[in-house]
Amino acid sequence: MGRLMRTDGARGLALVSPPLLYAILMLAAPLLMIVLTSFWTQNFMEIDRSFTLANYREAFTDPLYRTLMLRSLRISGLVTLVTVLTAFPIAYFVSFHVAPERKSLWLFLITIPFWTSYLIRVFLWRVILAFDGPVNGTLIGLGIIDQPLSFILYNANAVIITLAHAFAPFAILPIFVSLERIDRSLLEAARDLGESTAMTFLRVTLPLAAPGVLAAILIVFIPTIGDYVTPRLVGGSGGTMIANMIYAQIFDLNDRPMGATLAVCAMAVVGTIAVALILLSRRWTRTGG
Amino acid sequence: MTGKRVLTAYAVLYLLFLYAPIVLLPLFAFNDGTVIAFPLRGFTLEWFEELTRTAALHQATLNSLVIASSTSVLATCLGMFAARAGARFRFPGKGGILGFIMLPLVLPEIIVAISLLVVLLQLGLSLSIWTVVAGHVLICTPFAVAILNGSFAGLDRSLEEAAVDLGETPLSTFRLVTLPLVTPGIVASLLICFTISLDEFIIAFFLSGNQPTLPVYLWSQLRFPGRLPIIFALGTILVCLSVGLLVAAEIFRRRGLRKAGLKDTGGFL
Repeated sequence: MGRLMRTDGARGLALVSPPLLYAILMLAAPLLMIVLTSFWTQNFMEIDRSFTLANYREAFTDPLYRTLMLRSLRISGLVTLVTVLTAFPIAYFVSFHVAPERKSLWLFLITIPFWTSYLIRVFLWRVILAFDGPVNGTLIGLGIIDQPLSFILYNANAVIITLAHAFAPFAILPIFVSLERIDRSLLEAARDLGESTAMTFLRVTLPLAAPGVLAAILIVFIPTIGDYVTPRLVGGSGGTMIANMIYAQIFDLNDRPMGATLAVCAMAVVGTIAVALILLSRRWTRTGG
Repeated sequence: MTGKRVLTAYAVLYLLFLYAPIVLLPLFAFNDGTVIAFPLRGFTLEWFEELTRTAALHQATLNSLVIASSTSVLATCLGMFAARAGARFRFPGKGGILGFIMLPLVLPEIIVAISLLVVLLQLGLSLSIWTVVAGHVLICTPFAVAILNGSFAGLDRSLEEAAVDLGETPLSTFRLVTLPLVTPGIVASLLICFTISLDEFIIAFFLSGNQPTLPVYLWSQLRFPGRLPIIFALGTILVCLSVGLLVAAEIFRRRGLRKAGLKDTGGFL
């Protein structure tokens, strides 16, 4: 048996090695390289490879970087909040109110927009939210406002709306999966024991859906902080995020080490928040049940 | 029951929100005017004709097709190795290894893009469509694994054992028994990876050098207001293409699930 396990393990490792080697070569090694580069400095046309913390000192003290990092965190946080809050009722609706044979059709409908050109989708939000766009046109036509709304384009709000749209399926799917796993007899039991519908939802459904909600939060929060296209197209100057600065450092200012430093900082911040969220939720589920 | 009615109304509104940009796209693509605003001016095919006359666009399309085809084949192959290993074997560090392969799924793309760029520049390699392929394979492999997991996990092991008992070699067993059973999953994975690669912008933007892909070309044109209707015409074609590919992928995925005798749990992710 031990011998069988050994050969089984060896065969498994051999089989998984091509994708693993690829990920090591194309992901782990480049990430290490970025960390290494972040400790170097750009000296006009060439890179000075002596180890220094100068870039990090600059990243933490320069108010521009600090503003951008905090703004990115705030925008990503708000995007996550809006996306998860608006996605939850949809996931709930598909899981609890759609006939089983039509569920995959609904999921398919929800995922289709996500697979169409990202660039064009973002650009179309610029059209939709524009001064003379359909949103303002409709609101003026209905007599709700008489001046076009100016707070919905070229600022952080536009970034939040556009990203909430782009990441909707990422939030809906994990929540849907966790809702599907809930044993429906638990809900009946709660109802039989005299809980109201609202209390059943709060005390049974919501806690059981928590893992899906956490997954949704992470899967929206982590990638949005590095988004480049949306802030660039609809963000204006007030919606610029850290990814735009990383790009500017590398391509416009030709300072690769500083770009690397900012990337490492962004990864570290996002990673810390993600780990903190996971630990918090573990603690919460332990004490809760 | 009012609760259900409210939820249904909300779901319909939400779908409207999801589809709003896609619905607007063809409106402006066929609109006879260069200003992207309401009211619409009338119907024209001029922008689609202009597409056929733009040589830079044709080169970008060719680049994108080469990249997307290569990416989908390579990522699906890598995905098959990972999905097969994950479904069939227990090996040390399994969770960590498979998790690491899936990592690009949650990593911000800009991080993947700049880390690859810095390495390539450090190594002195020149940027081309092949550096884009390298990046795209990395981000597509997790999707391939996710789709193929379903196919390989649903495989009945006794079928393969029977084939071996009847004298087939491991290789011929794989070719004659395993492969036909997972073919729908493979096709779905090829289509999805193709779609992702065709649409991917950030990695292509960083790594394509002077060989732009379709999205990179698109990005360069967004600066010129007069070119916008042409972009929307192109966008309309791209959206139709993606939706067609996705419907095909979904059909193959469902066929695969039926073949494996699994219940449809829905969705690619």
